[in-house]
Amino acid sequence: MVGSKRKKEFNLPNFLAWLGVHINLIVMAIIILYPVLWLIGSAINPIRGTPGAVMADNFHTFIPIPRAPSLASFQRLFDDHNFGTWYRNSLIIAIINTVGTILVHTFMGYVFARLQFRGRKAGLLSIMVLNMFPSFLAMVAIYSIFLTFGWLDNIYALALLYIGGGIPGTMWLMRGYMLNIPKSLDEAAYIDGATKMQVFTKVIFPLSKPIITFIGFGAFMGPWMDFIFPRLLLRSTENHTIAIGLFELAGLGDPINMDITAYTAAALIIAVPFGIIFFIFQKYFALGIAAGANKGE
Amino acid sequence: MAKWAALMSAIVWGSGQVYNKQPVKGLFFFLIQLFMIGIEFGTGTMRLMMGHVPPHPRNAGLFTRGLWGITTLGEIPRESAAVTVFDHSTMLMLTGLLAISILLAFLVFWQWNVRDAYKVRKAMEQKREVDNTRSWFKKLMHDSFEYIAITPGLVFVVLFSLIPIFFAFAVAFTNYNMNNIPPRHLVEWVGFGTFIEVLTNPLWNQTLVRVGLWTIAWAFGATFFAFTVGFLQALLINSRFVRYPKFWRGMFILPWAIPGLVSQMLFRNFFVTHGVINRILIHIGLIDVPITFYAYASWSRAILFIVHTWLGFAWFMVMITGVMTTLNPETYEAASIDGANAWQQFKSLTLPTIFAAISPLLIMNVAGNFNNFGMVYFITGGGPRNPAMFFAGDTDLLITWVYSLTLDNRMYNFASVMSTFIFLAIAGVSTWNLLRTRAFKED
Repeated sequence: MVGSKRKKEFNLPNFLAWLGVHINLIVMAIIILYPVLWLIGSAINPIRGTPGAVMADNFHTFIPIPRAPSLASFQRLFDDHNFGTWYRNSLIIAIINTVGTILVHTFMGYVFARLQFRGRKAGLLSIMVLNMFPSFLAMVAIYSIFLTFGWLDNIYALALLYIGGGIPGTMWLMRGYMLNIPKSLDEAAYIDGATKMQVFTKVIFPLSKPIITFIGFGAFMGPWMDFIFPRLLLRSTENHTIAIGLFELAGLGDPINMDITAYTAAALIIAVPFGIIFFIFQKYFALGIAAGANKGE
Repeated sequence: MAKWAALMSAIVWGSGQVYNKQPVKGLFFFLIQLFMIGIEFGTGTMRLMMGHVPPHPRNAGLFTRGLWGITTLGEIPRESAAVTVFDHSTMLMLTGLLAISILLAFLVFWQWNVRDAYKVRKAMEQKREVDNTRSWFKKLMHDSFEYIAITPGLVFVVLFSLIPIFFAFAVAFTNYNMNNIPPRHLVEWVGFGTFIEVLTNPLWNQTLVRVGLWTIAWAFGATFFAFTVGFLQALLINSRFVRYPKFWRGMFILPWAIPGLVSQMLFRNFFVTHGVINRILIHIGLIDVPITFYAYASWSRAILFIVHTWLGFAWFMVMITGVMTTLNPETYEAASIDGANAWQQFKSLTLPTIFAAISPLLIMNVAGNFNNFGMVYFITGGGPRNPAMFFAGDTDLLITWVYSLTLDNRMYNFASVMSTFIFLAIAGVSTWNLLRTRAFKED
């Protein structure tokens, strides 16, 4: 695999290997690209119907390009469905969650990574245990809490839930990263008379930017695609989020709302920015995984 | 006497400190106690004492009402809309948990106040030097930074993680389900009744076992297929036959870049009766009548594995490619000089290195698949429904089963019992694993 130089003369075993590898690659490429092309092709298909009916309107069964492409499906998203409202709600939740997560979680991570105090180990252990408890298992309880406080059907309360629910998980990432910042930097700052708060704002926070970017990015992206809690806590249509909207359009909710071409149009509007951000932030993914692995080392 | 100072502070906070001739410090503790009493009076007890409402715990302040509520879960159901005085069992339970959490926080201050009174008195008796109040406050400000800093986070954790989890455990010991929805009915404590029902009723425990086994098979199987395909693609793209590895890799990453929920919902529509796959199969001539994929357990399961592989292989491919760049060419040269053929090199050099580096990711992936809600809920919806199982289908994972028990069937107490079982299993394995790790021992 770490190869000798390619041989010039024809050699049957080599050719067969070459052929095998390329057949595999091309088959894989078709399997990967076909659904993606189908998604794009259907988004510009004006028909409203089952996936089969949409395909009947294409050039050919194998070529997912509509005979009369138009942006009618995008138009329907705003006319027949409440795409604008879903988008706005998801955006508000995502922004609140990002800001809250960065403020609260970074600080928690700093305190648990750097400062010594009574109850620290007990705190770490309990957060570890909390992290093992999948949040969906507490659904009934969260529903009851929202009911008791009158927070049902309130997107701001849902954003608070995301901030709170994320703490056990992200705090570990944050702490794992901060543990790797040399302690001598803090000590130097303390000698210069810095307070604990200043060490955080002037030393730890700037040096933790990569992990904060990663976590902030996660906090921003997470709510867009969360389905479980919006479904549980947001009832009225004007409070629906993107994930619920997609669920309805894809025909998984009320059959009346099904609109597969509008679904693909909405999916494109969401997936394209996601994809671009994904490729930009790719290096941070590896970082997050490394920080995550670090916690158990 | 040091004990007297402690006893005084235990009853009236700060009085021991006054006795110790530290009145300002005493006032500080007394104000905390006053704040606690203020909460109780402000949230109801005041009105009750002034006679505005009938004297009953349900009209009392947060602490009394909460503690009464969580023990009795209420006394009067709202049998009709005409009933104006009634108790809402789950709200009372929640109030109780909230009251207990706040009381526990005050308990920390209480024991601090008692200890301080005791320690200072002891020091005075032994003629040791005692910190004066001013330097005590100064030290307090310095030392309490950590606690003040984590308070906002702590409030969030208590409200959105801790209380819900205790509530979920508590519900497992009640009869809270579709037959007892408050406020129309009262919920009652039933002890281990629901646990016994789950363990002894064959319908329940068989469902638990079957769903549990499928969840395990799914978690390992899904990871296995995604890993195998990802590994194969990484190897092939890295081989000397491929001219533009970056091009192929870039294309193959695409499924990873699309949000999972979007692809899952898309693939659901690929396999429906009037969906894409059936249309293609009919067009090729393989079938005449559309296959109802989701009506068969085996098809549904196969679809889940296929879609998961589509979504997940790229992640492994990228990770394995990363590991392969760290392989040292010289080791391979040495191996070929020693007469090792390509297969032997692969088996003894490449595979062990990759497994060593990838195994934590494999474990993470398996753990993630245990709770892969979207994959099942959006594609098969847990179906096809199986009458031999209790509110479960053949592709239901524990997570989707608990979800539908809660949201669709309102079997809250049973869902909580399941959650408790799942939690105990996860927590047991993870704690054992955590305690073995170096980081925790050194910490």
